[in-house]
Amino acid sequence: MSEPLIEVGGLRKFFHVGRNRVLKAVQDISFTIAKGETLGLVGESGCGKSTAGRTMIRLYEPTAGSVAFDGTDVTKLPKSKFKAYRRKMQMIFQDPYASLNPRLTVLDIVGEALDIHGLAGSRAERKRRVERLLEAVGLNAEHASRYPHEFSGGQRQRIGITRALAVEPAFVVCDEPISALDVSIQAQIVNLLIELQKKMGLTYLFVAHDLSMVKYMSDRVAVMYLGKIVELARSEDLYADPRHPYTQALLSAIPVPDPDLEARKERMILKGELPSPIHPPSGCPFRTRCPAATVRCSEEEPVLREVRPGHRASCHYA
Amino acid sequence: MKTLLDVKDLSVSFGVYGGEVQAVRGISFAVTEGEAVAIVGESGSGKSVTAQAIMRLLAVPPGKIRGGSITFAGQDLLALPEKEMQKVRGRQIGMIFQDPMTSLNPTMTVGAQIMEGLVRHRRMSRAAAKKRAIELLATVGIPHAESRISQYPHHFSGGMRQRAMIAIALACSPALLIADEPTTALDVTIQAQILRLMKELQRQTRSSIILITHDLGIVADLCDRVIVMYAGQIVETGTKREIFRNPQHPYTKGLLRSLPRLNQAKDEPLVPIYGTPPDLIMPPPGCPFCSRCEEAMQICETDVPAFTRLSETQSVRCWLQHPQARPEECGGKGASA
Repeated sequence: MSEPLIEVGGLRKFFHVGRNRVLKAVQDISFTIAKGETLGLVGESGCGKSTAGRTMIRLYEPTAGSVAFDGTDVTKLPKSKFKAYRRKMQMIFQDPYASLNPRLTVLDIVGEALDIHGLAGSRAERKRRVERLLEAVGLNAEHASRYPHEFSGGQRQRIGITRALAVEPAFVVCDEPISALDVSIQAQIVNLLIELQKKMGLTYLFVAHDLSMVKYMSDRVAVMYLGKIVELARSEDLYADPRHPYTQALLSAIPVPDPDLEARKERMILKGELPSPIHPPSGCPFRTRCPAATVRCSEEEPVLREVRPGHRASCHYA
Repeated sequence: MKTLLDVKDLSVSFGVYGGEVQAVRGISFAVTEGEAVAIVGESGSGKSVTAQAIMRLLAVPPGKIRGGSITFAGQDLLALPEKEMQKVRGRQIGMIFQDPMTSLNPTMTVGAQIMEGLVRHRRMSRAAAKKRAIELLATVGIPHAESRISQYPHHFSGGMRQRAMIAIALACSPALLIADEPTTALDVTIQAQILRLMKELQRQTRSSIILITHDLGIVADLCDRVIVMYAGQIVETGTKREIFRNPQHPYTKGLLRSLPRLNQAKDEPLVPIYGTPPDLIMPPPGCPFCSRCEEAMQICETDVPAFTRLSETQSVRCWLQHPQARPEECGGKGASA
């Protein structure tokens, strides 16, 4: 892979939730994403994966840590200077129903992004540009004058993609872009994202909980649990040989659409549920559900270390 | 094997501004004793409406049963007066709803909600019902059941609420359990727990299950037989193996193809089903899938195909099965008759 476009170092996002309680949504995560690469970020609800994505592009202000875009730490930039980077770092949201303003036409939804960054020029040029973009994502130029409610879920997600790509970003956070869509539509959107990535040289952070789609989309995959990255590897390695017990459980829990494989599968079922991120367990965050936990796991927190070249896991026994 | 539930030619529609949405359009299927049947299809295909019609839980109006019959254990459910139907619900047919956050009563303790059915249907004393409720909560894997029973749903996490709902559904040992997307709102590790639980309980009680889902992985895990719905109609049915190994309807094939295989390389694009399902206010006169079907022929636009029986267990509703569907008419594919 080429040089890194995004370098995340010790990124933290804490939320104050009243009565002096702190929810540690993202705790000291560090990784890089190379130019043109897709990094998958997976985990269960509440593990901090969406917060991590949002904090990386400063939709939330980080509590600590750095996010470098092409060598510049964007977390310390004043708002005025950050705007140029906001253009380079865009986001596609999960819910195509909630993320489009119902009172704006598609022309204005996409055009607004152009206006903010002063890319539009004349009204005629703005319209031309939006229409061209719509055609690039598989919609028609005539759709520009319509409102979001006139579109299906898959089409709305295409509009969300158009808006993100209108300002010619280099890095896009895709926050569960397909989980609200029907199976037959998901493949359409995934193919579109891959096609656009090739055409425009985009770098993706692909946040999702559908592990088979993540494997297909991503070059490398990071697994999060209780605000921390517990394993990070090339996607083939992660799926073929997961080292962290949580990743192993997660992979064995996905039902595979194949009756023979399902019948043969040894399923590793975790006990219990995700602990509260307000009162995380001592030591290893996964130890309360881990089938292989020992005394050491409650006393000493494992570090994310290299278990083989390019494959990191945070387990004492990985 | 004895037939437990027999649905014949069921049609359900909803009156809306601008017309009538024909959500379910003449479907027929049967469930035998001890069988686990999956109904799969995308949103709007009519799978949940079918479940609500069986339970007689449709809001009328706007909902309306247009025709057909639902026979359960010898009684015609559509003809039962509401009072009699209340004896069926919960006692003979249990239901697990999709969203455990909204389908429990927030003003009643979890215990009271489990006991309700036992007291009403089984005529148990409150003390006996409470004892049974604690047992049930423990069976579905909730720790400290004795103290949990007096808590309210908001004290429970999503996975635990779904377990509580299963406990309610199973309280009176119903002969049929309808589970409408029982794990869609849950995370995969919790989903695995719930699916294993349902499988074990089914094995122990020999009850029948109708599982409604859009996740083909869950179907492969849990069910014996699959019903594929599209635009309010059944387009294909078969055993799990037939549907996964030898799907014949272009929609079933498309669904299976649009999922990434675990070893699929990134430069090998997924095969999506293009287009969107038809508007059910004005359903197309022919095959509802025809506008998205790559193998569609002229007749598909004008006439609804009949079912073709491919085996004892597999049937498909597609013109490609017709002996006259010649290869030259359909791009060289689907010439089997």
